[in-house]
Amino acid sequence: MNLVHSEDQELLAKTAADFVAAHSPVARVRKLRDSKDPIGFSKELWREMAGLGWVGIPFPEGLGGAGMGFADLAVVLEALGRTLAPEPFVSTVLLGGQAVLLGGSEAQRKEILPGVCSGETLLALAFEEPGSRYDVSRVAVRADVEGDEWRLSGRKVHVLDGAAADTIVVSARTAGAGSDPEGITLFLVPARARGVRITAEQRIDSRGAAIVDLDSVAVGRADVVGPVDRGAVLLERVIDRAAAGLCAETLGLMSEAFERTLAYLKTRVQFGAPIGSFQALKHRAALCFIEIELARSATMAAVRALDEGSDDASKLVSVAKARCSDAAVLVTNEAVQMHGGIGMTDEHDIGFYMKRARVAELSFGDSAWHRDRFARLEGF
Amino acid sequence: MADLEEFRVETNAWLRANGPASIVGTMQTNEEGIWGGRKAVFPSPDAKRWLAIMAERGWTAPTWPREYGGGGLSPDEARVLSQEMAKLRLPPPLVGFGLTMIGPTLLQFGNEDQRREHLPKICRGEIRWCQGYSEPDAGSDLASLKTRAVREGDDLVVTGQKVWTSYADKSDWIFALVRSDPHAKKQEGITFLLIDMATPGVSVRPIQLISGASPFCETYFDEVRVPLRNVIGALHGGWTVAKALLGHERSMIADVFGGGARKGASSALVEIARRHLDAPEGPLPDPIQRDRIAQTELDARCFALTVQRSRDGAKAGHRPGPETSMFKYYATELNERRHELMVRIAGPQGLGWEGEGFVAEDLALTRAWLRSRGNSIEGGTSEIQLNVIAKRVLGLPD
Ligand SMILES: Cc1cc2nc3c(=O)[nH]c(=O)nc-3n(C[C@H](O)[C@H](O)[C@H](O)COP(=O)(O)OP(=O)(O)OC[C@H]3O[C@@H](n4cnc5c(N)ncnc54)[C@H](O)[C@@H]3O)c2cc1C
Repeated sequence: MNLVHSEDQELLAKTAADFVAAHSPVARVRKLRDSKDPIGFSKELWREMAGLGWVGIPFPEGLGGAGMGFADLAVVLEALGRTLAPEPFVSTVLLGGQAVLLGGSEAQRKEILPGVCSGETLLALAFEEPGSRYDVSRVAVRADVEGDEWRLSGRKVHVLDGAAADTIVVSARTAGAGSDPEGITLFLVPARARGVRITAEQRIDSRGAAIVDLDSVAVGRADVVGPVDRGAVLLERVIDRAAAGLCAETLGLMSEAFERTLAYLKTRVQFGAPIGSFQALKHRAALCFIEIELARSATMAAVRALDEGSDDASKLVSVAKARCSDAAVLVTNEAVQMHGGIGMTDEHDIGFYMKRARVAELSFGDSAWHRDRFARLEGF
Repeated sequence: MADLEEFRVETNAWLRANGPASIVGTMQTNEEGIWGGRKAVFPSPDAKRWLAIMAERGWTAPTWPREYGGGGLSPDEARVLSQEMAKLRLPPPLVGFGLTMIGPTLLQFGNEDQRREHLPKICRGEIRWCQGYSEPDAGSDLASLKTRAVREGDDLVVTGQKVWTSYADKSDWIFALVRSDPHAKKQEGITFLLIDMATPGVSVRPIQLISGASPFCETYFDEVRVPLRNVIGALHGGWTVAKALLGHERSMIADVFGGGARKGASSALVEIARRHLDAPEGPLPDPIQRDRIAQTELDARCFALTVQRSRDGAKAGHRPGPETSMFKYYATELNERRHELMVRIAGPQGLGWEGEGFVAEDLALTRAWLRSRGNSIEGGTSEIQLNVIAKRVLGLPD
């Protein structure tokens, strides 16, 4: 494993940074929020990103993708994270897309993934339920057998980009109960299917998330993704990928929040001196810098381990997610504090960073959850 | 790469053939290592033989040029060598400030005569070095040092006091900073000088640490005559040399104390917890201690990955930044946290100083905890490292 960008990745980073500078300032996110945009992102920009080949990065060429890796995708996600671009990489590419790629039949992949890569099809993964927190096996949504079909009933929550998705991958209980990892199956559910009701959630980062209520929704054999009853293993693999991708985005957002704060430290004058000359702030800034460096190393290692299919991949994802969660919260909290009163205003952008950092922290397992998993994987 | 694999195979075979079986698994910490010098102590005849065999091959200083007694290996080869030694649990044949501090500095700033005189003796472990930087009134503000050097003919005559000189009582030579021009600005009147501690006028007095050990000393100079040829770099130009050496020192400290981080598995902490929490296997029963261990190991993993990233970056031709300060800071703070945690896990059994009622492992870890508190002080304090990052990396104003 080489923890340095390849020349191609450097180039990709440059292209992505230029694109973000030209098309996606934080002001765009603010506008989407203020206009109460029903999906919270721009479909047009999404198609442009697809046109640049970014959406297809982690999909095979045969399915319309670029046949590249998570280390490449991370470069793009980091750049987008810098200005909080809300386009649906996590939901469509990392959650829904990876579920179909890793678990789908040949027919499902051929039917769904080319549309994903071209930016036409949007996906979501509905795996969280009220009270399930980070446990993917805690599934109460029922799949009741009816002839050679199932009927799905129950409630999914925090479904990222649920209101924009064309197809939702839903985890449901085909056997067992409670938090039993056996007996969970994934199904493809068209968002417009009869019995599906989607209600938008209003969250602090103003991105698209939804409650998905299922009322006896009919699904057949052809809609099952992966093995029946063994969906928890698949879910865990998918969420590892999503978590690693989210780390890359978080890395971008904390780097940007930190750089904006550094600029403020150098220009804001109090007591006749730039506030960045005060040692109490200098040392805290230095500590933030170190945390970001560590988060960067951990993220680079995690995405490379996924690309290499290494045995350590899940462990490294936990290392990265724990680190990025804590670092992003630290850095954005410090960013608001060091901006003083202006940092508390809605008018200033720094608060957007703090909110998104919190969402990233509490998605796919917070740091304590990942430390627990790390300990388990290390055998203690 | 194929060459490197070949080198790995050959090295492994050579080490198997030449590494004395009796030293396998011994001398695993820096403190227990062989420090060499005229007063060298060897825990066994094989340890002495191991030093001789490795020095003969140039592998006490694997990357130094062969003409000075080194092994002439590339950084990649040197890494392979240390990996293969670790695999076979062969200890380093030699440790100390000659290899890690003054040697690299001489390679950078010494003239040909100086290199030929000193480097081979370092490689063979014949001369042990200590560092005379700190003084009673010059610690973090090192450049305010006062030890005086007055020129008389071809000599400098040195008078003054150094303090916290690690292992001065066991060393043969000292590299010292002295004030050679009292009128210049404080950084511009300093000379970097090599002094033979057998010269008349040099005396040392050991100081006891809170851990009970006495590895450091006060070092006095009373009209000590040192030939001008022992000046490294220019007369009055010692500050540049001094700073370069600090860079080597901080990397060394980061390496020694971050070393535990590089071992793959979560080892020592978990072992201690298993012993004290009565949990020979499976998940540790105390969820709070378990979480603290996980946090520490996770930090260690992130640190190791950051060291690797910096190394990979250097190989790819990225210019190294002022990273040594970050590494020094993080490695030492982490080592301190690790030791704090060990003592906490040991609980009341971690409170023993010596004697009955306590097992040797616990007594050792308690002493190690006390010693570790110095990590964030020696080699430039943590606060000074943060100052350096704020200034040199983040560009924050004074
Ligand atoms: C175990 C050990 C081994 C050592 N070995 C050697 C050796 O071999 N050779 C040698 O020359 N020296 C050695 N030292 C000395 C070491 O380098 C000094 O102790 C260190 O540089 C600090 O100097 P000081 O002790 O005078 O503390 P001071 O400089 O007086 O510092 C006291 C406190 O003030 C803080 N402080 C000082 N200046 C600032 C500032 N500008 N901003 C914020 N905080 C500040 C410090 O961080 C520290 O917390 C050793 C020290 C230890 C503990």
